[in-house]
Amino acid sequence: MIEQVGQSIPRKEDHRLLTGQGTFGADAQFPRMLRARVVRSPVAHGRIAGIDTTAARALPGVVDVVTAADLPSDLRIPVRIKVQDIDLDDHLQPVLARTDVRYVGEPVAVVVAEDAYVAEDAAQLVVVDIDEENIIIDMDDALDQHTIADFHLGFGDVESAFTAAKHVVALDFSVGRHSAIPMETRALTVDYAAGTDSMEVYGATKVPVFNRRVLAGMLQMDESAIRMRAVDTGGAFGVRGEFYPEDFLVPWLARRLRRAVAWVEDRAEHFVAINHSREQRHHLEVAFDDEGIILGLRADVRHDNGAYVRTHGIIVPELTLAMLPGPYRVPAYDGRVRVVLTNKTPCGTYRAPGRFEGTAAREQLLDLAAATLGIGRVEIRRKNLLTSAELPHARAMSTLGTDIVLDSGDYVGLFDRALARVDELGWNDLRERGRAEGRRLGLGVCAFLEKSGLGPHETADVQITNTGRIRVHSGGTSLGQGIETVLAQIAADQFGVSADLVDVVNGDTLLQPYGAGSWASRSTVLSGNAVRGAGREVADRLRDLGSQMLESAPEDLEVADGVVRVRGTTTNAVSLAQVWQAAQPGSRWLRPDEPAGLAARHRFSVDHMTYPYGVHVGLVEVDPGTGGVTVLRYLIAYEVGRAVNPALVEGQLRGGMSQGLGGALLEQFRYDQSGQPQTTTFIDYLMPTASEVPVVEVVLREDAPATTNPIGARGAGEGGLTGTGAALASAVSDALGLTSMDALPMDPAFLVQALATAANGVERLASQVNHYEVVCE
Amino acid sequence: MKPAPFEYYRAYAPAEVVELLTGLGDEAKVLAGGQSLVPMMNFRLAHPAALVDINAIAELDYVRREGDSLRIGALTRHRTLELSRAPEVQDGFSLLPRAARWIGHYPIRSRGTVGGSIAHADPAAEWCLLARLYDADVVVLGGQGTRVVPSADWFTGFLSTVAATNDVVTEVRFNRPRAFGALTEYARRRGDFAIAAAAVAFDVVDGRCRDVSIVLGAVAGEPLRVTEAEALVEGAEPAAPTWAAAARIAAAAIRPNADTYGGERYRRHLVDTLIQRAFAEAFASDASVSAASGIR
Ligand SMILES: Cc1cc2nc3c(=O)[nH]c(=O)nc-3n(C[C@H](O)[C@H](O)[C@H](O)COP(=O)(O)OP(=O)(O)OC[C@H]3O[C@@H](n4cnc5c(N)ncnc54)[C@H](O)[C@@H]3O)c2cc1C
Repeated sequence: MIEQVGQSIPRKEDHRLLTGQGTFGADAQFPRMLRARVVRSPVAHGRIAGIDTTAARALPGVVDVVTAADLPSDLRIPVRIKVQDIDLDDHLQPVLARTDVRYVGEPVAVVVAEDAYVAEDAAQLVVVDIDEENIIIDMDDALDQHTIADFHLGFGDVESAFTAAKHVVALDFSVGRHSAIPMETRALTVDYAAGTDSMEVYGATKVPVFNRRVLAGMLQMDESAIRMRAVDTGGAFGVRGEFYPEDFLVPWLARRLRRAVAWVEDRAEHFVAINHSREQRHHLEVAFDDEGIILGLRADVRHDNGAYVRTHGIIVPELTLAMLPGPYRVPAYDGRVRVVLTNKTPCGTYRAPGRFEGTAAREQLLDLAAATLGIGRVEIRRKNLLTSAELPHARAMSTLGTDIVLDSGDYVGLFDRALARVDELGWNDLRERGRAEGRRLGLGVCAFLEKSGLGPHETADVQITNTGRIRVHSGGTSLGQGIETVLAQIAADQFGVSADLVDVVNGDTLLQPYGAGSWASRSTVLSGNAVRGAGREVADRLRDLGSQMLESAPEDLEVADGVVRVRGTTTNAVSLAQVWQAAQPGSRWLRPDEPAGLAARHRFSVDHMTYPYGVHVGLVEVDPGTGGVTVLRYLIAYEVGRAVNPALVEGQLRGGMSQGLGGALLEQFRYDQSGQPQTTTFIDYLMPTASEVPVVEVVLREDAPATTNPIGARGAGEGGLTGTGAALASAVSDALGLTSMDALPMDPAFLVQALATAANGVERLASQVNHYEVVCE
Repeated sequence: MKPAPFEYYRAYAPAEVVELLTGLGDEAKVLAGGQSLVPMMNFRLAHPAALVDINAIAELDYVRREGDSLRIGALTRHRTLELSRAPEVQDGFSLLPRAARWIGHYPIRSRGTVGGSIAHADPAAEWCLLARLYDADVVVLGGQGTRVVPSADWFTGFLSTVAATNDVVTEVRFNRPRAFGALTEYARRRGDFAIAAAAVAFDVVDGRCRDVSIVLGAVAGEPLRVTEAEALVEGAEPAAPTWAAAARIAAAAIRPNADTYGGERYRRHLVDTLIQRAFAEAFASDASVSAASGIR
């Protein structure tokens, strides 16, 4: 059998998904199941004067209405990933607001009813009396009183770098609040077994083992009485599957009412309840010598985290700082971030957290520097990219608890390759031709660094079944990224079989109690290597038993094509099913007291992340009549180390790009002055559709296998998104004849204004749009 | 996003609709294509106590030409017009099929109705613009029988019309056919409601523009005729300077509200652009209309 890793085999999960046989959160149905509906705060900030549930309770079909007063204690949701030793306990979100509400959409009560319609009718009857208080919507208004974290990351002597500088270039850049909007909203179904006081929880696919720990702690139950079952999901992208208030409330209600309870978030709730992300303002300064070589970098970042700290703690601001220097040679760096709270939906990670923001800001700074120093945009980047000789490159700072050591790679090589491809495709000519016709075409380029494969560990089980199939119980979870297929390919290679012979079960805490879940582009690297390790151990055991059965030395045996055989023969073989039989209790091949079965559990651990990198190039057209931006062409060059399944890597890159396009041009959560969200339907929250997303040209490279894991893979989940804001901003500024842009998303009204500015000979935008003010002229 | 409880009735004739509505009182509503009403009910922005479904009234689904009038039954789907290549439509009203393509997405066009759009009275709705552009009459059946309301009197502001609660729109009658017409608009994504829209219609007689109508959408509570700009084009040469001058006047004439899609100045800029483009498109597309609106 040819090696499965490296093949673009079709996804194993597609048959079930495309024939309508997937099982999603809302598909789990149980007898006498109740429906929950969350009552949410209609105001952005205030003290709860009273909650009257009388009318709601009186509605026929209503089983229960609960408020914070009914909860066992003042429960708050803990942070999953703690960094920087900053105590955030005072800012954690309660599962139900008890005394104060801090954003529109905050849960204040839950109605449980016989069906979802009655639950929604009753929810409208819950009267929440709130004395409104002052609100803060703009992050800069929160700096004085509501900064909850203020820290620096950096290295080198920044003062001296700036003193020695020939040129210093500064830029203010802001990124709008937006987030992942998975096709499937959140859904939870809890089946409660009163007889054993135990429960099964369906739907929270992402980090089931962690969520179980939190839930067990809050319910004061033994973890083993809770089984989390990750099911199919319509996307997650960082937001879905984290522990939210509902992840406590629904199981708690099931136990309280001793019945199954289901909750499906509707889209209107989703827009105010799901983690928002991205909202940051950067002030960046870069120091150059007279050759255009970077001497030092300073960043002052403000990060709006919304009303509370959720499970991601402050990793988004931390990652922003840590990844800001990117793939460049930055001898001295000082990044400061202030994390503030405002009266908006709390924030968390969204695919490429911190990197989308930081890359967009840094690359605009470089565009501006190029103009200021009179160097080309390409040249300034090529000059400052780390060369392969300089790798590995340690940066004396850490993020997510790991030191930053940029592993192998050839940043300049990939950059040049991307540009060569763009030339080959004729995009420079297209730009020239368009301009000759008077059209506003612009080409933008950016280089970026990604991170992936966050440890410290991941566990996987591999076993052989009675029919000779291979079964994997992994800690990674299926978020739609194709991890089932990838893990099957990796497992298959340990036995020399087709991936068709492998079944992968993800995220079931009964089967795999040690999984760390899928996030941070970690699953192929972490779960993949864990599966590889477990597979090798099982293959060793197959050889061990096979050697007894075939009366040959284990070294002379190979495991391939579904059999264990003497190397070089075809008939001197036993099938995997036969070896399974030989491993059953009572088998004569088992030594006394030797455990039965053919299975292994392997824990893969790793200290350092692996750093993929890439280049994005976009060709856009700006319509001066409307300010509309059309993305005409787009290219992503990406170093993935080892592509387990190249088609899936390309899919990840393309999907990421369309989300990045949304953040660069369309998507933004807007609030009015009273903190009311203005984007609560798809009419106002503009996701890109197939009409807005161009075909993406992908240059996928495997030139620099990761040195930190045996497979050599680097993560591929986020690099399609990371550079999109940067490349599109660069392309738009090129189209408009500006030195740089200063805000994302680039909305048409703003671009029309920018065009007028450019027409007046001003190359640099004077100010940024205030996203929270509806400007009346 | 589940609707509040409501009663459901199905009517089989226009008179039955009026009878049901009269009996059910203020809280009852007609259900046509449901593409505006149902989402509003799901968001609980509308809580009708009862719906009177008119989808079974086949006699309200027709497109007929009578002299200079094109009569469209209230239940005619957007998609029917979009696909129409019939001479009675093409002759003088060829803009209607082209304009219908701007409405939402395919599923919305196959379900939504012309009468529903006119009754709903969204100031961005293509049918509402076209009604004003072609001096349409809205034919209404109510408690006192049938009346014909000129579109100039029909719209009374954002999502509101002169219709009484027991009125049913039975027909929209487009008048004043013209040789040249175009509707163009800008939205940030394909298929979205327009941030601003402009529609123009005119004839050219002896090298001069005649019988000019200019209507703007989404810049006021209802579709807006810009008579100042119409007067400027009337009798002028059909050429770019004329379009530009008209656009400038129209942009100055409007008083748009600022909203999340940009301030007043941006809306004026869009109107300026869209009027010029609508005129240019209309004048370029006279005979080549069917080609331009060919199947996608
Ligand atoms: C995502 C989306 C995008 C859309 N984009 C556009 C767009 O770009 N342009 C556009 O014009 N529209 C758009 N629409 C709206 C669509 O065109 C609707 O079909 C139309 O506005 C209403 O027609 P309907 O038949 O669906 O009416 P319904 O939704 O059934 O009814 C709408 C209202 O009109 C009343 N009503 C309906 N028929 C009659 C009648 N015969 N007599 C009296 N009252 C009646 C109803 O009681 C209700 O109040 C969009 C809709 C959606 C969901």
